[in-house]
Amino acid sequence: MVWYIVRRFLQLIPVFLGATLLVYFLVFSLPGDATAAICGERGCTPAVVAGLREQYNLDQPFWIQYLLYLKGVLTFDLGTNFSGRPIATIIAEVFPTTAKLAIMALVIEAVFGIVFGLIAGLRKGRIFDSSVLVLSLIVIAVPIFVLGFLMQFLIGVKLQWTNPTVSGDATFTELLLPAVVLGLVSFAYVLRLTRTSIIENVNADYVRTATAKGLSRRRVVVVHVLRNSLIPVVTFLGADLGALMGGAIVTEGIFNVNGVGNTLYRAVLNGDGPMVVSIVTFLILIFCLANLLVDLLYAWLDPRIRYA
Amino acid sequence: MSTQVIGGTGGNDDGGRRGDHGGTGSDGTAYQGPVLEVRNLCVDFGVDKRWVPAAIDLSYEVRAGEVLAIVGESGSGKSASSMSLLGLLPSNSRVTGEVLLNGQSVLTMPPARLREVRGNDVAVIFQEPMTALNPVYTVGFQIVETLRLHNEISPDEARQRALRLLQMVELPDPEKAFRSYPHQLSGGQRQRAMIAQSLSCDPKLLIADEPTTALDVTVQAEILDLMRNLRNQLNSAIVLITHDMGVVADLADRIAVMRKGRIVETGTADQIFNHPQHEYTRALLAAVPHLGQGDGDDEVDITAALAAATHTELQTVDHDELERRERDVLAQLAGEHTTAPRTGDPVLELVDVAIEYPRQGRVPAFRAVEGANLTVHPGQVIGLVGESGSGKTTIGRAAVGLLPVAQGSLRVVGTDISGFRPSSRELVKVRRHIGMVFQDPSSSLNPRLPIGESIGEPMLLAGEAKGSALQKRIEMLLDQVELPRSYRNRYPHELSGGQKQRVGIARALSLKPKLMVADEPTSALDVSVQARVLELFQNLQRELGFACLFVTHDLAVVDVLADYICVMKRGRIVEQGSRDQILRSPRDPYTQRLLAAVPLPDPALQRERRELRAKLLASTD
Repeated sequence: MVWYIVRRFLQLIPVFLGATLLVYFLVFSLPGDATAAICGERGCTPAVVAGLREQYNLDQPFWIQYLLYLKGVLTFDLGTNFSGRPIATIIAEVFPTTAKLAIMALVIEAVFGIVFGLIAGLRKGRIFDSSVLVLSLIVIAVPIFVLGFLMQFLIGVKLQWTNPTVSGDATFTELLLPAVVLGLVSFAYVLRLTRTSIIENVNADYVRTATAKGLSRRRVVVVHVLRNSLIPVVTFLGADLGALMGGAIVTEGIFNVNGVGNTLYRAVLNGDGPMVVSIVTFLILIFCLANLLVDLLYAWLDPRIRYA
Repeated sequence: MSTQVIGGTGGNDDGGRRGDHGGTGSDGTAYQGPVLEVRNLCVDFGVDKRWVPAAIDLSYEVRAGEVLAIVGESGSGKSASSMSLLGLLPSNSRVTGEVLLNGQSVLTMPPARLREVRGNDVAVIFQEPMTALNPVYTVGFQIVETLRLHNEISPDEARQRALRLLQMVELPDPEKAFRSYPHQLSGGQRQRAMIAQSLSCDPKLLIADEPTTALDVTVQAEILDLMRNLRNQLNSAIVLITHDMGVVADLADRIAVMRKGRIVETGTADQIFNHPQHEYTRALLAAVPHLGQGDGDDEVDITAALAAATHTELQTVDHDELERRERDVLAQLAGEHTTAPRTGDPVLELVDVAIEYPRQGRVPAFRAVEGANLTVHPGQVIGLVGESGSGKTTIGRAAVGLLPVAQGSLRVVGTDISGFRPSSRELVKVRRHIGMVFQDPSSSLNPRLPIGESIGEPMLLAGEAKGSALQKRIEMLLDQVELPRSYRNRYPHELSGGQKQRVGIARALSLKPKLMVADEPTSALDVSVQARVLELFQNLQRELGFACLFVTHDLAVVDVLADYICVMKRGRIVEQGSRDQILRSPRDPYTQRLLAAVPLPDPALQRERRELRAKLLASTD
């Protein structure tokens, strides 16, 4: 087991190298002068431009630039963005908000998705099941920005239950609405996945055995059916955690959340190369770790899976 | 594995456990009637808004210490009716009639009371122990769960009891079994764990639903021994549901024969086996392929043969009588030197063959067969027998080039295919001489293809025939396997299991193969269907004269079909010889054990066989 985890960490190395190279290549090989983004419309004097080029290694060939960047990352120095602020500080600033938002969204989609899916699966073909299925289909079909604006308008502006946007503090109550919107689509998927899985398992032989032992319906469902049914759901949730941690550009944009997604979006708009590469690299690492977590959780849920 | 009666490991603490903690109303002594009384039980399933009967007007009773066997083929309602006793049927079912457990009506019980009965007064052993145990919990957890549900005991005490139960069902290492997940145990061990769980609350009634169907013969014999011992020890009533007459003969006191939802005949084991009244019972008994019962001309007296080969004395058989039977067997063997003529070049020849499953990722290559030597001559039927995991199917697959040969040479119709890469052109050419029939007829036919096309596909691909010539060939093949020509346009799901396997045989025959590889073609079929398919197969083989490698775990099937038998164990061929050599004079201890484990559909003869088996096991341990 330990060896498995070590190996998974070793596997991160090529993923990390490949991903950074690709992103670095995409960002810095784009036509156009990177310094133009810093200087703005007025332009800089040639001396300043040359200085900037030296500061960001833009005067070096691509490979050297990349290797210098790698060196920085490995010595925990992500450098500064084009506005001169240390990138590590910016990430440390915005990531907690995104993480908070992601975990809230994940909890919402997991709890509601599994509970609704469980009930729907146990009452297959009845009215609850059918209506939940139709609703989840609508949620999946409507684009996220429509849902986002709609809920912002109804709950934030009309009913005024919460602030329509999130302040710099990003408190729990403020984040609740964006978290719901963020988790909504995945909630629909979790619900459907759980429902299918429950239906599949509820007629399994071991469930009949559990009933024949004299267990109550509740214990049969919670202990025997649910744990077996959660295996595919956990896989989905894990992959989703990685995606959520990456920040939701649209949702963070709608609710003005100062998170990773918003920061990345601004960096792309400003052509802030170092910033984009650093954030994307960071996200890749988060994604890989989330996946590792899922695989370990998977082994815990299903003892038939053993890593060697 | 020893099979002695377990002495007091589970029975001596009965004082506290046998009490009426469930509040059965009977104080154990007051009630003297049958444990289970079933009167006019009807089970219907709602299908498409109609009630389809599964069991009609069943009445029977079982007393303490008695084994009632309910025998029937699939669809006879034997399982559904038994599951209905505990309300274990899906919600689209309807149960009427009366079920009395110790005089109390089960069907009208409130749910809470019914839950007390389940697992405590009545326990169930299910057919497939792999799926009947929850895969994500340890065996120990599942037994402790039952124990603590029905008894107010501490977790530690439950653990101790669970360990005693696992010991009682003769699991080699109870501590380890307690900690194991179901997938970490073998099939037989899983079934033992299942039985341990069923017995955990000393049930008054045990319902065993095909408890040995999924197991190998030797394991089946062990489980049956175990159940017999437990019955004697715990004095429970047992309802045994099975389609296997051999199992019935081994265990049952009384038998109810079911057909299409009705009980057609009931009687003691002796009555049913020796004087069957109903024609269906007679047909069922006749269809059972019995291995060496020793009563016909061509039948081999396996019991006598084994006794002779191992110099065993049997208490159940008179000494002189046994000697006479042994002499008969040997005399027949001496007279049987005219086995199938071995002429012509072999169609399949394995010389010192080893077969490996190639390594996948970090899972290393697995050598499934080692040092196999085997020759199949034209027109010869070779039975390849062994238990699951013995490598018999592996040899069958390698012969068709589906698995690479790691070592040695494998010649098919004169061509050495051991060096060929999979899907190479040479291999495709060789495959035209081989037909293959697969185990599961349902999954080996394309569900979206009419069966006529499935049968014709090999000919079309080989460029043998097309257009109207192809249609004619298809019709001819359907005639040969005795299916109506009009079935050509039907889809597999419209056919019964036996009909599907006929299609499988027709497809295998379509290129007029020199060699047929049949991988357990009848193991998924009911006995009466199996008998008809085997008969068809035998006729076709005689008529068309192809050689056949018949892979099976069922020695009785080999007895019927094969001229020559190979016995495999753990990837090696331990013994091979003509049918008569193997059946009349088995030399290898494993072959002897395998033969002794096959139950006979006759209670008296089975008693002899069982004693012989016990002696064999005692001597080889």
